Amino acid sequence: MSVVTNPVTMPATHPEAGKEDNYLTHSSGFLSWALTLDHKRIGMMYLVGVMSAFALGGVLALMIRLHLWTPNLEANQAWLLNKTYNQVFTLHGAVMVFLFIIPSIPAALGNFLLPIMLGTKDVAFPRLNLGSFYLWIAGAIFFLFSLFATGLDTGWTFYTPYSIESQGPVIAATLGVFILGFSSIFTGLNFIVTINTMRPPGMTWFRMPLFLWAVYSTSIIQVLATPVLGITMLLLAAEKLLGIGIFDSRLNGDPIAFQHFFWFYSHPAVYIMILPAMGIISELMSVHSHKGIFGYRMIAYSSVAIALFGFLVWGHHMFTSGMADVTTIVFSALTFTVSIPSAIKVFNWIGTMYQGTVSLNTPMVYALAFIFLFTIGGLTGLFLGALSTDMHLHATYFVIAHFHYVMMGGTLIAFLGGLFHWWPKMTGKMFNDFGGILSASIIFVGFNLTFLPQFVLGTRGMPRRYASYKPEFQLLHQLSTIGALMLGVGLLVALLVLLHSLFYGSKAPKNPWGGATLEWECSSPPPHDNFSSAPTVGDPYDFSKIEFDPKTGSYFKKK
Amino acid sequence: MTTAVAPSPTDHEHDAHHEHPAWLAHHFDDAEQQFDAGKLGMWIFLVTEVLFFSGMFCAYALYRNRNPEVFEFCSTFLNEKLGAINTGVLLFSSLTMAWAVRASQLKQTKTLIGMLGATLGCAAIFLGVKAVEYSHKWGLGLFPGKYYVSQVEGAPHSTVPYLWYLCIPALILLVAFVLYYVYAFVSASKFHLRVAGPLVVAASCFFGGVKLGQVLEAEESHGDSHASAGADAHGHEHSDHAGHDHAKEVSAPSVNLLGEAEVVTHDVAVSPAETNTPESNVNQKGMAGLFFSIYYCMTGVHAFHILGGMAVITWLIVKSARFEFHSKYYGPVDNVGLYWHLVDFIWIYLFPLLYLIT
Ligand code: HEM
Ligand SMILES: [Cu+2]
Repeated sequence: MSVVTNPVTMPATHPEAGKEDNYLTHSSGFLSWALTLDHKRIGMMYLVGVMSAFALGGVLALMIRLHLWTPNLEANQAWLLNKTYNQVFTLHGAVMVFLFIIPSIPAALGNFLLPIMLGTKDVAFPRLNLGSFYLWIAGAIFFLFSLFATGLDTGWTFYTPYSIESQGPVIAATLGVFILGFSSIFTGLNFIVTINTMRPPGMTWFRMPLFLWAVYSTSIIQVLATPVLGITMLLLAAEKLLGIGIFDSRLNGDPIAFQHFFWFYSHPAVYIMILPAMGIISELMSVHSHKGIFGYRMIAYSSVAIALFGFLVWGHHMFTSGMADVTTIVFSALTFTVSIPSAIKVFNWIGTMYQGTVSLNTPMVYALAFIFLFTIGGLTGLFLGALSTDMHLHATYFVIAHFHYVMMGGTLIAFLGGLFHWWPKMTGKMFNDFGGILSASIIFVGFNLTFLPQFVLGTRGMPRRYASYKPEFQLLHQLSTIGALMLGVGLLVALLVLLHSLFYGSKAPKNPWGGATLEWECSSPPPHDNFSSAPTVGDPYDFSKIEFDPKTGSYFKKK
Repeated sequence: MTTAVAPSPTDHEHDAHHEHPAWLAHHFDDAEQQFDAGKLGMWIFLVTEVLFFSGMFCAYALYRNRNPEVFEFCSTFLNEKLGAINTGVLLFSSLTMAWAVRASQLKQTKTLIGMLGATLGCAAIFLGVKAVEYSHKWGLGLFPGKYYVSQVEGAPHSTVPYLWYLCIPALILLVAFVLYYVYAFVSASKFHLRVAGPLVVAASCFFGGVKLGQVLEAEESHGDSHASAGADAHGHEHSDHAGHDHAKEVSAPSVNLLGEAEVVTHDVAVSPAETNTPESNVNQKGMAGLFFSIYYCMTGVHAFHILGGMAVITWLIVKSARFEFHSKYYGPVDNVGLYWHLVDFIWIYLFPLLYLIT
């Protein structure tokens, strides 16, 4: 294990020891953050923002699970009113999807890392970047409004015709989604332009770290899919406000058209969620195995392939909504093809570990958990993509379990792994590795306990979005609730470990893990301008020259 | 307004900061990189704009495919003369915009401001004409979806002064700009004069557009030169009242609507009050109303894009008045130009799709 235990002691004679210039100490005061154009600070603000959203969504999730402890067959004895239950799961989904998971990796880690990994000073449009952040804030305010105005009960999908009838603050929520969409578009646009036009000499496309390939592919989806969500939300708002009828069958409009529009965005959006996570895993696997990535080009191409194929499969969410038979068959077939690039990646990650020197530290444990959970999530997606099985599984807990395995077991776990991996770089502090591994283990067990039973529930016919259930399902539901509580504990442990490091952590060296990408060549935390002079760009996965220096507790690159 | 007195940024470049002149953002290496980044960013943004509109084009295709007769019927309510004028105005504004880009490269600031002002003026004329179109339709009760009022022969024309409402914001802006101009004049600030001039002209252009629209609209209502029969029902014999005018259309195309309407809409829920006559199959909320929903959504979102374009052109005028543009730094003008051409381009699709259906 390569974890540094001894803090790097600065020579006492050096008066500037504590005051070296980095992006955190570069300037101070509230406005220096609120108006900053520094991508690192914007990334940190996003991090705080999305994590707060995650906490909110998490509390709502626990409310759902606690409510389902009993079958609630008599509504008056249930903990939550049926109506309230509908609002809780709606907000849980909407907050998690739109406020947390979509911006999470690209906007927080991506913002922080992309320019540094690329070897530039900032993203192409720093002001636009700050603008994206404030759009996120504005969207979040709309969401909080719908939380406190209560009554949003449409599910995160806002399906018509119900959303037209619902008394809840649908307009506020859709406008919130609209605004958040623009935040996402501008982030994607910024990243594409940065990667295309600002790579320093030597940084060819195939010398880019795979995280950047993943973020680049994600950005393509953000830019191409999100506008469609934007117009859909606008039309839905107009529907409620002006009764335009486009989605209202009473006016000869077509509610199914809404589903098509919605999923044209929202299926690609699931790749907005997972692709950056896959990028993180590619980095973690290689760095912590101290071995070059296996199949660099295949991983890079498969990211782009996923981004493009992802646009062709939205119909698999609508197999039971009414479509021509041929259409369903085509959508089903395309759904199977899109799982191939994902499988390629899993194969390559395992190939990377093979004969590597694996350091089982916190980020790596998270990465291993990811592989396990994502694989289950992806494989169960195939059950749902097959027409005959989906007829039974659609709108059951099986779907819930499927997408939690990919979204939570995949994206969230990768996000945490990445957070632990880059935490020393972002904050300049080392965390307690044992605590980190402990959190990963609790989360892993808790997660499976929560969602494995839901697969079983789904196959037995437990429908999603119901506040009550048949008594025979109680055991499985209770297991799931226990798992959820455990998951909560694991996440709290992770939070405590990170917070603890801020106050008591030893100073992080430049390169604590032995990474070969550029961010490990700036100090931890990086200076305001990232690099004083343009860095020399080499192979991001060449570990042959990386060596450990016990004196500084850091890896370094041999000349 | 001469360029000679202004400090030229290219001169500064040499003495102060050789590598990073003020117009070059600190994180770019050179002017070319900055320009390329801006341009690529704008192109990507345009792609998102196209996709944004694509949702509405899909809705259009879907409903036109389902009820072609509705689109034919409703299109007769749109005054293609006004649409054509607006098309011409926008095309011309694309020319002035392109000219502005050239002027910015050549550092001809006077021409640049003139051309930007002309573009702004065209945009205002466009909106003025649009205001006439919208208010005229609202007066007839041609609202979207569930607010659509079935067109009945002889129904009174609404007396709500919609056109006035639409003119109020423009009027406020005009007054503000005139005051600004007076202020600029009194304080003898050349910079403010350079900015205020085009703004006053542009705001006045809005009313020019309104006048133009009214004249053409009235001409349409009075003229009986329509030779074509069938769906083209603008012609009429006696009435000088637009409400009566359009009410006649309802019965005019009924003969050819009858057959199609029966085929397409027999399985659609229609409220009993609206099923009396065959032509009312089309003339109801779920039919014509849906068309107007699509019409207002598309042209409305387009109009908002015009407004956004006007805002950024105004920003360009301010920057030009400060002599910020020159051969190495004209990216903003170029990129706004691209945006403006796209907005123009979308209109070129909207016009035939909405106005020119047989
Ligand atoms: C490996 C390839 C995948 C396949 C083949 C697949 C397939 C499917 C199918 C067919 C459905 C619809 C089930 C139904 O409603 O009956 C579905 C639902 C869903 N999937 Fe996946 N999926 C895959 C990966 C992912 C990933 C990576 C994510 C997100 C990170 C994701 C998130 C979701 C979500 C959120 C839903 C449910 C949406 C809702 O109805 O609320 N999926 N998946
Ligand atoms: Cu999907």
